[in-house]
Amino acid sequence: METLITILVGVLVAVAVYLLLSRSVIRIILGSAVLSHAIHLLLMVMGGLKKGGVPLIGEETENFADALPQALILTAIVISFAVTAFLLVLAYRTYQEAGSDDLQELRGFKNE
Amino acid sequence: MNNIIAMPVVIPLLVSIILVFLRPFIKVQRVLSLIALVATAIVSIYILNSIQMNGVLRLDFGGWKPPYGILFVADSFSVLLVLTTAIVSSIILIYAFSSIGRRYENMFFYPFVLLLIAGVNGSFLTGDLFNLFVFFEVMLLASYVLITLGGKKVQLMESIKYVAINVLSSWFFLLGIAYLYGTVGTLNMAHLSARIAEVGQGPLLTIISIIFLIVFSLKSGLLLYFWLPGSYSAPPTAIAALFGALLTKVGIYALFRTFTLIFYHEPSITHTLIGVMAAITLVGGSIGAIAYQDIRQIVSYNVVITIGFILVGLAVSTSIGIQGSVFYLVHDIIIKASLFLLAGTMIYLTGKTSIEEMSGLIRNYPLLGWLFFLTMLALAGIPPLSGFLGKLYIGQGAVEAGSYILLALAFLSGILVLYSLLRIFMNTFWGETIISEEDEIPLRKGLLLPCVLLGMMTIALGVGAEGILVYVEDAAYTLMNPEVYIDAVLEKGK
Repeated sequence: METLITILVGVLVAVAVYLLLSRSVIRIILGSAVLSHAIHLLLMVMGGLKKGGVPLIGEETENFADALPQALILTAIVISFAVTAFLLVLAYRTYQEAGSDDLQELRGFKNE
Repeated sequence: MNNIIAMPVVIPLLVSIILVFLRPFIKVQRVLSLIALVATAIVSIYILNSIQMNGVLRLDFGGWKPPYGILFVADSFSVLLVLTTAIVSSIILIYAFSSIGRRYENMFFYPFVLLLIAGVNGSFLTGDLFNLFVFFEVMLLASYVLITLGGKKVQLMESIKYVAINVLSSWFFLLGIAYLYGTVGTLNMAHLSARIAEVGQGPLLTIISIIFLIVFSLKSGLLLYFWLPGSYSAPPTAIAALFGALLTKVGIYALFRTFTLIFYHEPSITHTLIGVMAAITLVGGSIGAIAYQDIRQIVSYNVVITIGFILVGLAVSTSIGIQGSVFYLVHDIIIKASLFLLAGTMIYLTGKTSIEEMSGLIRNYPLLGWLFFLTMLALAGIPPLSGFLGKLYIGQGAVEAGSYILLALAFLSGILVLYSLLRIFMNTFWGETIISEEDEIPLRKGLLLPCVLLGMMTIALGVGAEGILVYVEDAAYTLMNPEVYIDAVLEKGK
């Protein structure tokens, strides 16, 4: 199971890198969103998948699953949600002002 | 108990939330935000002295003993930076009062500045790697808003790159955290350090450490500084000064923390790499600082040079080198704020940004000229001013470690810093005056006062170096001896 998810993470990262390398702002934002998902999955795999019971006192199992990665992912998802939302709004505002979403044309200072 | 060490985060955070509800009352917002920052400064002076008496302090949130819970750890290094941050940001805030304009003040400028400070202080104080990620995000989200606030075309174009590159580096940070958790099974920094010392820093851990190196280099602008000059030139002066003074320093802090506390076992790989990166940064920054005509660009490239310079201290990793870096870090927060404010004031007074188009300002604004001269000397490291001691110690550290190439580059870059600023000084302050007495925009006290305060601070820090050196030595001692930090965090957790 871990191997499968790791391969999935790899595929997601490949997709994200492909999107990030393009010049269109929207693709870059989607790329960063996909990358964040890949890394959340990776965090989960790093904690080990389905190792034992629910980590609660009173559960009658020998092994308990590691709850920490879940907590980390939850926090990271909230952050990635907020950041992606901000980026989308920023991209839209930039498009309104500059009339382009091509990064080559989005040079703020001319004499670089 | 030690609850006071959460205050540098809690005070700005709470006040910023209150300020959101006080949107129409700008006077109240100004007073409250200034009070919050001054209070933070006072609290951190208290903490700093308390550390000298009681050693490294820690606060376990919710009573969870380390390594299980999240905690704040206050050692001299972090609290020195918190203190400098609080003082310098309150001075920048005074500058903002009379320069930022009603439009910004209406759009939650002060709450976001306070959130930024809360994030910066949190990053300095936290003792947990994931919590560091969270505070980085708090700081960065506030900075995203501040850099885009106003929504001018140039600003938006430059800031979208800043935001994109920082988002990407944040995911890499998370990636590093995931790998590290998978490898050693903990995220508490002291516990990480102890465990890595136990199992040895193998090739796998060294690679993970290089992921962290890349992440923090992106944030601090070490080698990967391509985003920095553009995005620091775009926002209004007060915001640019906050960024130039503080944001890159957080990345530098994180580099120092991780590579002295956690990944210090393979200096031949990691610290050599840092040395090479610092050297290239010094060269690249120097070229940039000389190449441009735009004052804002020159000043931004000066930020880049300093990053390389401070990290020479980490690369050589001798006790005196680290002391130099800590001292220079404190000095640089002050002096970069001063440089950005002065450059911004010059642009405000003349309405031009290129040094070719300004001339003879010293006739119209003599005090401004002398302040710029003072800042220039401090940056170049002329003895009575604050830059000298840091440079001396970093130089000594490099000599001790035998890294003569780094030494040569570091001091050569110092000359180029002087040259680049001298070029601004001679072009803009000397020569025929271009502003007639009727057109002269009066230099308001609100703009001049912060620059004077920062100038006084650089003199005070240089002359009174003895006083602050106690704290710097303690900070360097804790950095050089990770077991001090580990013992303070894990003593009762065992």
